[in-house]
Amino acid sequence: MKPAAASLGWALFAVLGAVCLAVIALHRGESINALWLVAAALCVFFIGYRFYGRFIGDRALRLDPTRATPAQRRNDGLDYVPTDKYVLFGHHFAAIAGAGPLVGPVLAAQMGYLPGTLWILAGAILAGAVQDFVILFMSTRRDARSLGDMIRSEIGPAAGWVAMVGTLAIMLILLAVLALIVVKALAVSPWGTFTVAATLPIALFMGLYLRFLRPGRVLEVSAIGIVLLLLSVWLGGVVAADPEWSRAFTFSGVQLAWMLIAYGFVASVLPVWLLLAPRDYLSTFLKVGTVSLLAVAILLVRPELKLPALTRFIDGSGPVFAGSLFPFLFITIACGSVSGFHALVSSGTTPKMLDSEANARFIGYGGMLTESFVAIMALVAASVLEPGVYFSMNSPAALIGNTVESAAQAISGWGFSLTPEMLTQTARDIGEGSILSRAGGAPTLAVGMAQILRGLMPGAGMMAFWYHYAILFEALFILTTVDAGTRIGRFMIQDLLGAAYAPFRRTESWAANLAATALCVGGWGYFLYQGVVDPLGGVNTLWPLFGISNQMLAGLALIFASVVLIKMKRERYLWVTALPMTWLLVCTLSAGWQKMFSDDVKLGFLAHARKFGEALAQGQVLAPAKSIADMQRIVRNDQVDAALTLLFMAVVVLTLLFGARAAWKARRAAQPTALEAPYVAAPVR
Amino acid sequence: MSPRLSASLQRLAGWLRAFARKLGQTARLAVGVPDYHGYVAHRRAHHPDEPVMTYEEFFRERLDSRYRRGSSRCC
Repeated sequence: MKPAAASLGWALFAVLGAVCLAVIALHRGESINALWLVAAALCVFFIGYRFYGRFIGDRALRLDPTRATPAQRRNDGLDYVPTDKYVLFGHHFAAIAGAGPLVGPVLAAQMGYLPGTLWILAGAILAGAVQDFVILFMSTRRDARSLGDMIRSEIGPAAGWVAMVGTLAIMLILLAVLALIVVKALAVSPWGTFTVAATLPIALFMGLYLRFLRPGRVLEVSAIGIVLLLLSVWLGGVVAADPEWSRAFTFSGVQLAWMLIAYGFVASVLPVWLLLAPRDYLSTFLKVGTVSLLAVAILLVRPELKLPALTRFIDGSGPVFAGSLFPFLFITIACGSVSGFHALVSSGTTPKMLDSEANARFIGYGGMLTESFVAIMALVAASVLEPGVYFSMNSPAALIGNTVESAAQAISGWGFSLTPEMLTQTARDIGEGSILSRAGGAPTLAVGMAQILRGLMPGAGMMAFWYHYAILFEALFILTTVDAGTRIGRFMIQDLLGAAYAPFRRTESWAANLAATALCVGGWGYFLYQGVVDPLGGVNTLWPLFGISNQMLAGLALIFASVVLIKMKRERYLWVTALPMTWLLVCTLSAGWQKMFSDDVKLGFLAHARKFGEALAQGQVLAPAKSIADMQRIVRNDQVDAALTLLFMAVVVLTLLFGARAAWKARRAAQPTALEAPYVAAPVR
Repeated sequence: MSPRLSASLQRLAGWLRAFARKLGQTARLAVGVPDYHGYVAHRRAHHPDEPVMTYEEFFRERLDSRYRRGSSRCC
């Protein structure tokens, strides 16, 4: 394209994006079409990619296509393989995409769709995509080493240890909150429970098939597995319709929590080829497939957003999570805007396959924008619900009661029109007994998706099918994360404890393995159980903790990136990483501070502990506790949560101090002091 | 069929084949299995005297290495 024509095209694009955003921002009518949101997001992402992404690559980082990448220097055909950029993009996206960007926006919808949308767009362009891109670049320049490794060598060993402890704590909270989402989605839902349980024999079958029948035919066995999964969704409906069978698959939250804990333990010590790997194949393909299906459905169905742009809950009084828009919106939507976890992937397998530095922008920056687009779609799916239905699904029973009448009354009182009939009708449509208080995002997203997909494929029973399909899709990859994450957590524990007592580090020792696995499962199991029995629904407590921890990890990655920019003597562009870093530190530290010290018992862990502790001292039992033992447990949980929050804040502050010291030293050095692998010319292509 | 039409059909078929191959590669890599032909070509070119794993061995080796230290994935 000629330069003039290209400029004109981009200018038109900018105008279109601005118009879409203006329509969204200024619209205060009944409802607005989801396409405005999707179009605005696409324009913003393309412009951000073309201009800001390129600016970072050309000016701040100075990508050098003549420099050989680790894949070229160390090509072994296995780990280090120069890979076509589109193929690698697929790998990278599959590795960073998970449940986070689907859940956060759904929870944040309690404030309306506008705050969430703006944070996803701005966060992705200025923080999330920047982090993924910069870390990918820096790891590529350092032999594809991991973030923890790079922090140790560029900032110092103490900072490395702090980062490691922080990462382990995040892992435990992440696993607990994800497992909690599954429990919330499957409790008292025989259809869902049957379908998710069926994935176990399906995965085992696939594992055996791949090992003994047709070794290595991974696409073939995945196709078979997906057909079996769809069959199990259908069969689940039959099971739910049968009184006897449905009783056999009906479990309470506590029962499911124990099953998940047992599952996590067993699955993470089984050989990987038997259960973990086939489950991983299924969830990867289902994830990418479902996200694409949702995108197509939104474009074709063009649903109306029923949720208002802003609700009265921006003041912090919302039922889904406590706390006002600042800072809690910015930690509730973590993965869709900026996610510390991506820094682990960007410094893991992806840099080992990058075939040219020039492609780091497409993979790193572009991959994150795609992930953010998934978050926008999740927000759309939550916003197509009637607001009353949304709040009945996401508010704890302590606020809306246990019957459709009490829920309709409570939510109408908040100013959202809702009748008991709407609730029973929605439950009937999706083939469930009740939709009340199904917090955690997954069920809400599933109803929204089912509603959109019904527009694409109408028919009796379709909505129930799609609802359970969506639940299956989320539960499946959450369970994959649970056993993969338990393994990672186990290795981290073995590393940490191995420093104190060397035999712990031996990964071939069964005793060390089992002990570390038990510690890891016990860690996340504790928080899971606490969340399940929490009368406020658990998500209320655990999701903010998860958001704080994930944003904190992103903060660490950006501190590291800022230090390296200074060491490279690129201070002129320090703001590229320092700006999002500052914002994340302000958000996580102020959110952490409020979670610790707020006097509001709904918000502050310590205030809540004090209230219950004082009552306990006088022998009183406060609702929702039913016994003195309940009271004691509530106080202890509050204290543990407060301690964890303090740990996260300490990790951030310590890393910042270590980073500042390293930056100060680098400032005074006359030469660049960044420890990059020496320059080797790339082979001519 | 005119020769021009047949030539363009052939070109189209070639594109489709290349696209399908890329798609298969992407799908396999997304679950941790890199391109086997690439591996064989690499071994032949750079280590001609050393043995080359069969696809089945290659697949097992990749599976073990993907989960050896746990694969980080996002939330």
